[in-house]
Amino acid sequence: MKVVNYKEERVVDTVTRTSRTVIAGTLYRGHEGMWSWVLHRITGIGIYFFLLVHVLDTATLRISPEVYNGVLGAYKTPIMGIGEAGLVGAIVFHALNGLRIILVDATKWGTRFQRPMFYVVLGLWVVLMAGFLPRHLISVFTGGAE
Amino acid sequence: MRRLKLERLGWIFMRVSGFFLIALIFTHLIVNVMQDGGVHAINFAFVAGKLANPLWQWFDVTLLWLALIHGTNGMRVVIEDYVYRIKLKRFLLGGLLVSTTVLIVLGTLVIFTLDPCPTGAAAHLLPSFCTTG
Repeated sequence: MKVVNYKEERVVDTVTRTSRTVIAGTLYRGHEGMWSWVLHRITGIGIYFFLLVHVLDTATLRISPEVYNGVLGAYKTPIMGIGEAGLVGAIVFHALNGLRIILVDATKWGTRFQRPMFYVVLGLWVVLMAGFLPRHLISVFTGGAE
Repeated sequence: MRRLKLERLGWIFMRVSGFFLIALIFTHLIVNVMQDGGVHAINFAFVAGKLANPLWQWFDVTLLWLALIHGTNGMRVVIEDYVYRIKLKRFLLGGLLVSTTVLIVLGTLVIFTLDPCPTGAAAHLLPSFCTTG
């Protein structure tokens, strides 16, 4: 009996441990596919709201040169400059990942390579932003000729 | 069935417009923001000078329409994904449709009716061709 009990204990122990592992494992942290989807959605929503404001600020062209230049002055501050860096980062990601989505949908091999293509998107994003950011931030923080 | 066909049209539109938007938006960014001085160089004289050219008018109108319809369809999908209360959903979708229509009409009118040399404005704020020609 003791031996049997011992064995049962071991079995129960293993099951408990396994089930604990399984429960912890059910928290879905996503893979490349999910994160690309989340980022595509967040960047898309952000770009959309900028677009609303941007059409309105451009529409003040029709009021007068003074009003338009005044409204545009709001974009020429360091805080907006940082916002613009974020906007460009969002646009570049949305554009690159959009191409990845088109390839996944339109080609036979796209689905098979969706994961490496996500890393290509991230790599190209880093390269393009490395080209844009220094130039942009220098322009923002050194004031640029008005 | 009709609904399905519309959804499929929307799906195709997102890919086709997205492809062209990449070329349009990066041209837009390079011409406007990557010039010397970046955003600091943008003012009425610069934009009105550009919009005096029919080529830029049609470029900007294409960008305006494609970007707004692409963005609106994206927001529609987001609303339909997360908002289940019928009344709230209808309210949001209705607001989306109204704001997009207003912005498309407003933007198109501004692009095609802008006077680059409005009478009475200070000459130094206007494109150079207003005074020289």
